[in-house]
Amino acid sequence: MADISSNFLGIKSPNPFWLASAPPTDKKYNVLRAFEAGWGGVVWKTLGSQVKNVSSRYSAVDFNGGRVMGFNNIELISDRPLEINLKEIEECVKLFPDRAMVVSLMADNDRKSWHELIKKVEDTGAHGFELNFGCPHGMTERGMGAAVGQDPEIACMVVEWVMEAATIPVITKLTPNVHSVVPTGRSVVKAGTHALSLINTIQSVTGIDLDTLVPNPYVAGKSVFGGYCGPAVKPIALKMLATIAQDELTRTVPISGIGGISTWKDAVEFMLLGASNVQVCTAAMKHGFRIIEDMCEGLNNWMDEKGFKTLDDLIGKSVNTLTHWEELDINYHHIANINQDKCIHCGLCYIACEDTSHQSINLEYGKPYNTYTIKEEECVGCNLCQLICPVEDCITMVEHRVAPEYINWIEWQKRGLPLNDH
Amino acid sequence: MAIVNNRLSNQQYEANFADIHPPFENITAAQVEANRCLFCYDAPCTKSCPTSINVPKFIKQIATDNIKGSAHTIFTANIMGAGCSKVCPVEKLCEGACVYNLLEEEPIQIARLQRYSTEKAMEKNWQLFQRKAPAGKKVAIVGAGPAGLSCAHILSREGIAVTIYEKENRGGGLMTYGIAAYKVTPQFCEEEVNYILSIGGIEVKYNQELGSTISLDDLRKNYDAVYLGIGVGVARQLDIPGEDLPGVEDAISFIYNIRANGYPAVPVGDKVAVIGMGMTAIDAATQAKRLGAKEVTMVYRRTEAEKPCTQVELDIARLDGCKIIWLAAPKEIKGNGKVEQILCSVMELGEPDASGRRSPVDTGKTFSLEVDMVIKAAGQVPFEELVSGSGLNNNNGRIVAGKNGATNIKGVFAGGDAVNGGKEVVDAVQAGKDGAKAILGFLGLVYEPTT
Repeated sequence: MADISSNFLGIKSPNPFWLASAPPTDKKYNVLRAFEAGWGGVVWKTLGSQVKNVSSRYSAVDFNGGRVMGFNNIELISDRPLEINLKEIEECVKLFPDRAMVVSLMADNDRKSWHELIKKVEDTGAHGFELNFGCPHGMTERGMGAAVGQDPEIACMVVEWVMEAATIPVITKLTPNVHSVVPTGRSVVKAGTHALSLINTIQSVTGIDLDTLVPNPYVAGKSVFGGYCGPAVKPIALKMLATIAQDELTRTVPISGIGGISTWKDAVEFMLLGASNVQVCTAAMKHGFRIIEDMCEGLNNWMDEKGFKTLDDLIGKSVNTLTHWEELDINYHHIANINQDKCIHCGLCYIACEDTSHQSINLEYGKPYNTYTIKEEECVGCNLCQLICPVEDCITMVEHRVAPEYINWIEWQKRGLPLNDH
Repeated sequence: MAIVNNRLSNQQYEANFADIHPPFENITAAQVEANRCLFCYDAPCTKSCPTSINVPKFIKQIATDNIKGSAHTIFTANIMGAGCSKVCPVEKLCEGACVYNLLEEEPIQIARLQRYSTEKAMEKNWQLFQRKAPAGKKVAIVGAGPAGLSCAHILSREGIAVTIYEKENRGGGLMTYGIAAYKVTPQFCEEEVNYILSIGGIEVKYNQELGSTISLDDLRKNYDAVYLGIGVGVARQLDIPGEDLPGVEDAISFIYNIRANGYPAVPVGDKVAVIGMGMTAIDAATQAKRLGAKEVTMVYRRTEAEKPCTQVELDIARLDGCKIIWLAAPKEIKGNGKVEQILCSVMELGEPDASGRRSPVDTGKTFSLEVDMVIKAAGQVPFEELVSGSGLNNNNGRIVAGKNGATNIKGVFAGGDAVNGGKEVVDAVQAGKDGAKAILGFLGLVYEPTT
């Protein structure tokens, strides 16, 4: 059995799965249930200024009959009294000393407020802080949350205040509502943050009720932009994570990966792109804490199959495979192949290629089943047919190199090789 | 042993004749199934539908909450799409061709989805078609069955004034009178006919029989064109001794009585033999059992491999507890003033016949079954006398018509069972469409499908 225990800035947990700062980590009751279910740690829902929430708070995007492909919220930071939160945090730490207890913070925008909050939370015995520079709604209007994270200078200033007072590890959570997460990331690393986490939610409108014509979530005839998360945002999160994992400054600190992680596979992908651990929220909100069982078992089985003994063996393994376009090998070519024994004649590959790609699939009429074959000389190897094919391994992309040697775009131009050859 | 009616309580009848294919309870249930559909291109299901319903499109429309559009897609191709969703042998048509079969997975429940949209349309009385301005032409249609109604609907859409002459007092043809009641209820059939007619421009004259109250010559004189969708009706005789004994009935009239008179009114024996293994034989056997017969035995002269019914149908009979004797042909029905026994020849399979199936050959051995009722379901024969007497070219009573339905008589078109000898409802609907298009051409009008 592989060892899936995690050590993030000295904060140890039996597995790399933490619950992200959000409603599931709002109070002792939930957190104890999460720990009992097996979660490695939690980031307690953000403490800070006093707030008032509204109803409703969530909305979602469904896709092809599946519920909650994307999830959206307009909930604010914790609306419970600070003293109750602090007391419950302390109790949870005592009851589950082997689990990570990180507390998310968002104080008012002054040094004194941050220092006071840090002191109070440290007294609970919590293991670390996560600075909420990401919340895209409600708090930004008051100069907090994403308003901090979107401005590298303000973010730097706040982190400096925090580092003056904090005696336990500090993670800074980045907002994705920026052109690039790297400038703020660099800024807060320079200011001394011990680690980064990303992404927070993405500003969104999830949809509009076609009867009332009001977008959701609905609050008395109005709505507001909310924070989008869930499986739909995973590819965006992975890209942002990769930019942090590749930057020479930000990659010097550990990263906690967040954004649409629902399964052990998602988690592995985040870790391969440089996350030392991961945080989960939407999947737990959809299914409950029990999903942790398969996350641990699936990770373990995969690591055993691949021969990874510890998480450190795999963290960051894929970072260097993401390169720049001009470094890609132009002589690499692959062509689709349809396995006729597996083909179920649905025609989806054909119509996709015929209408929207390169007319590289031949249709031979049959009743009721047509036969589809690849026109190899026309196929550009785009993958569209393979992506659409509903049958596992029916369409495969077979390597047909144009020439044996590696040649990239820069070299191609230098040599004056022909363009627009297809 | 006796043939008696009213064997069961009303509750028992209701339970026995309850809908065999229950509908989706709600939109969520329908959409779970709709979302399984792969939305195939040039889809095998569509190609396997005699009316070429654009199945992936109507299913996608259920998935997108466009139920009205879904119903329109179905009815554009098949105005009896609601009834067909209940009576089509989909296992050998659309669902049989579903690509999921090739994955050894359950095919999409196409019929059930089709039922969802079409029943919604009927329930809400959505008017999905608009008649064009009057074309100044009138057409007579004989028979308000699937072929006639399908033909009438298209003609009406195109602005033709249509009059249908129907010999029964209700429309729907075999849909109403010839199919097991657990597939379609009489009430549903009536609603379906009314929904089809709600487009307007179609007058139905009931209790009008060709060759009796009306004649082809008169129709030709009074209308610009005539369409014959008269079906087939006469049960094939077994031509064996004892066939005239009380207690011998043909399946067509047995089913007709159930449909026309209600369950308690229909007498059935204690021990019933059903001759044949087609869809009608199954409908007769299962309904005899469901009416309270203690024992039903189906007798078929070939083996299971050659059975004309589908496996799904055979399974219904088996689940109803019907016994099946393969390789047996009725030789004589015996009894003293009423059916008491049926003597059967034991058959074996010989050389393939014209249909490609191996022919049954008499082995000379016999056996007999103690029964008090025999239901003959050995096929139907056309109205030969009526057809020949009307001057129509025919083949043993089957009207000879071109692919577009044109007969040897100018301005007279025909389709459905009367031409094909007896196929599915869905085939008759297509024949009605083909006939309507041909009639429009004959009248000098161009068929442009209305939306």
